Amino acid sequence: MKQTIAAPPVIRLGTDYIGKPVSRVEGLAKVTGAAKYAAEFNVPDLLYGYVVSSPIAKGKITRIHADEVLALSGVLQVFSHENVPSLAWFDRSYKDDLAPGGSPFRPLHDAEILFSQQPVALVVAETFELARYAASLLRVEYAAEAHETDIEKKRDDGYEPGRGKSGFMPPPKPRGNPNEAYKNAAHQHEAEYIHLAQHNNPLENFATTVEWLGEGKKLNIFDKTQGAMNVQQYLTKIFGLSKEEARVISKFTGGAFGAGLRPQYQVFLAVLAALALERSVRVSLTRQQMFSLGHRPHTLQYLKLGANENGGLEAVHHAALAETSQFEDFTEVVVNWSGLLYQCENVKLDYQLTKIDANSPIDMRAPGAATGSFALESAMDELAYKAGVDPLDFRLLNYAERDQNMNKEFSSKKLRECYHQGAARFGWEKRNPTPRSMRDGNWLIGYGMATGCWDATQQKAAAKASLTADGHLMVSSASNDIGTGTYTIMTQIAAQTLGLPLEAVTFRLGDTELPEAPVQGGSWTAASVGTAVQAACQALGKKLLKLAQQLADSPLQGAAFEDVQFVDGVIRLNEDISRRVGIAELLDASGEEKVEAEATTGPNMLKQQPYSMHSHNAVFVEVRVDEDLGTVHVARVVNAVAAGRILNPKTARSQVLGSVVWGIGMALMEESIMDHGFGRYINHSLAEYHIPVMADIHTIDVVLVEEEDDIVNPLGVKGIGEIGFVGVAAAVANAVFHATGKRVRDLPVSLDKLL
Amino acid sequence: MNTTPVLQKPLDSSPAAIVPAQAVTLHVNGEDHTLQLAPWTSLLDALREYLDLTGTKKGCDHGQCGACTVLVNGKRINSCLALATVYQGSDIQTIEGLGTEEELNPLQQAFIDHDAFQCGYCTPGQICSAQGLINEGRAKTVDEVRELMSGNLCRCGAYTNILSAVMEVIDRQAVVNNGTLTTIPA
Repeated sequence: MKQTIAAPPVIRLGTDYIGKPVSRVEGLAKVTGAAKYAAEFNVPDLLYGYVVSSPIAKGKITRIHADEVLALSGVLQVFSHENVPSLAWFDRSYKDDLAPGGSPFRPLHDAEILFSQQPVALVVAETFELARYAASLLRVEYAAEAHETDIEKKRDDGYEPGRGKSGFMPPPKPRGNPNEAYKNAAHQHEAEYIHLAQHNNPLENFATTVEWLGEGKKLNIFDKTQGAMNVQQYLTKIFGLSKEEARVISKFTGGAFGAGLRPQYQVFLAVLAALALERSVRVSLTRQQMFSLGHRPHTLQYLKLGANENGGLEAVHHAALAETSQFEDFTEVVVNWSGLLYQCENVKLDYQLTKIDANSPIDMRAPGAATGSFALESAMDELAYKAGVDPLDFRLLNYAERDQNMNKEFSSKKLRECYHQGAARFGWEKRNPTPRSMRDGNWLIGYGMATGCWDATQQKAAAKASLTADGHLMVSSASNDIGTGTYTIMTQIAAQTLGLPLEAVTFRLGDTELPEAPVQGGSWTAASVGTAVQAACQALGKKLLKLAQQLADSPLQGAAFEDVQFVDGVIRLNEDISRRVGIAELLDASGEEKVEAEATTGPNMLKQQPYSMHSHNAVFVEVRVDEDLGTVHVARVVNAVAAGRILNPKTARSQVLGSVVWGIGMALMEESIMDHGFGRYINHSLAEYHIPVMADIHTIDVVLVEEEDDIVNPLGVKGIGEIGFVGVAAAVANAVFHATGKRVRDLPVSLDKLL
Repeated sequence: MNTTPVLQKPLDSSPAAIVPAQAVTLHVNGEDHTLQLAPWTSLLDALREYLDLTGTKKGCDHGQCGACTVLVNGKRINSCLALATVYQGSDIQTIEGLGTEEELNPLQQAFIDHDAFQCGYCTPGQICSAQGLINEGRAKTVDEVRELMSGNLCRCGAYTNILSAVMEVIDRQAVVNNGTLTTIPA
């Protein structure tokens, strides 16, 4: 190519999108109903499967009267352990990327019942109405055995879990002499904190539509998941399918909050039925069945804190006992935060599990941290009162400048700024320290605060960028967008990296045919996939520069990639921006149909090894409690978050707003109540499992504290999906204490506990 | 080992008869559609499974979440609690009929502008419910809107932004970051 092209006119497109409050790029699809979720792919000749769930928590299926419903015209099959074809034999075939230690649950594997609502059969029929009706008629006989679903009865049966699931960090070894230090402490506090199980309850029920393509065993699997890749590897191992045969697609996910990290049983059942019947099949769970998918575990926590006369923290002992299933050791990081958040030389942290006859728990937004911070931050509040120190001053006094668990520096930590900015916005200085001292008529007013912490992590991820002759940039990675804003921020990163207008960029995700990405979770997607997208676009930029330098009399002759910038649709020299080549003109002149590049990125271990990497927040809450009725209203919340660079303040703010709503739910409403007689969650509906409605939510003020960090990843982002939630429940409970003088240590803080 | 047999009552000698599907004509978004439906088909399932109008969502199927909200003769209802056959002859409007990508309903635009959704699953129901609220003409203040929109759950917790979007359309008002309401300049 030896062609000369004229320099394009200077147009200020403003392609510096990172950090701008860009509206969601998929917004139009969502507000018009065009966005298709897993159960909405209406492929031809679709069959419907309806799940039959076990009414008992433990025992055996003794008989399934399938013949009775198979007699109904239009019912095609009743799948159960009696007729499931032979599948993979070994446990490891059923282990997904996020499986904890133990033996994963295998749907329809044998007659054994391991938990209430376990799927025991799938009735498949020509219509949804018929499948549901036939399922209601299916008689299953069981031999029930005595079950134990009460963690309180298993207090003495705790054990330390093994390695746990990937990413689990067992508590660090004790430091100093916590027992002695506690004994000698001027101010002591010890108490137990409890919350029952809680359920993720995304608004979209789990569902899978399997499209039978009629070419061998080729399937399109439209699944509700946070990780298409994880579902694919699970299915290929169990059903002996190739990756080409098991294409998993998940373009839109109606929330998940952790429940979609592991493949759920509806995808297994839908694929099983589609392969056996050689037809397309849809399986949707009911809201009631959503309570069988895993949960935040019921956890008992014991806290012992000691402070010296000046309020300096001298001793921390935090022990947790959490439930898990009989077959897996579900682990989360509950207690480690207590050795990390505050400066203390004498620390002992214990984490144990105990087995009950329920399904395995699953990650639920800020898993472990939400649990642990409720106990730690409540206890810190209690000790602050005992020491006669303002709760905010108490935290500043014991501020950790260093991660004592790991003995490492923080890569960055703007928690102090969170405290100061949050307190100023909230008006913390107006707080009368005495409990039950502030009121407005019949309303008792309380101010409470708490701190949160979450990990900043980056995973290996890949992305591909493809610029076509029409000037359109397609960027793709098999990630997911569960409402977090992935579509939007990846589009922003790609557009800015190559200096193209946002409208010229499309980001694709949720498809196993795209470059590999980790599950969307752990607040790592912006860091992991964002870095890969940026790298793929940079690689593409290098190819474009090369093409530009092949032009006759190229104005970019001899320039290295570092010497040029991609801005406003042109490549130009840093030193002389008048020396530029238009990208559209370049594509035209080059005659290339498309220019493509791929990149795989991962954390820079060498650079990160010396550092501890975390996001932080400080939450300030005003509650109003009706003195006579005990009803709690959260009137005002200020949530100051330091989470590295904010890619999009609009979607980031929404993540924090949602987190506050979650915190209010956890503090005041959410609990899955186990009826130990039946071994089943009895409030398994959205009428009885309460989550906040609009009337419950008042003023929420989000402060995004500036924080620079060039250690965590090239983008400097820490992720914001979980951090805003951590600490909120404790802040609400602490505010309730300040309002009423009543300390509630078992969530939720319901009105009966205040009267 | 203590085992207790758990038995369901046996069926009668012949299972309950399947009522044959019947013709049901629904007037949706200005068009008539005749479907062959079992009589117990909900309006929600008729829309989603038979008319491919999947903008209307199923979140609970029990009238507890509001994701299935549609407008029938301008009034908002939970379509999961409605039998399709009952709504023959009614004017049914779903999110697909409320606005198009080219011509958005003001609520749809306001939802985008205010980031009034995250996962988007409750969004069509929220928008239809807000349109129903506006049609009712009784919500004027933020507290009234909060109360009268409380039949629509949003698990992502976008409530403050939904409120802001609805207030903009009702009264050109928006909730700003510190939580207070301001009037949007014309």
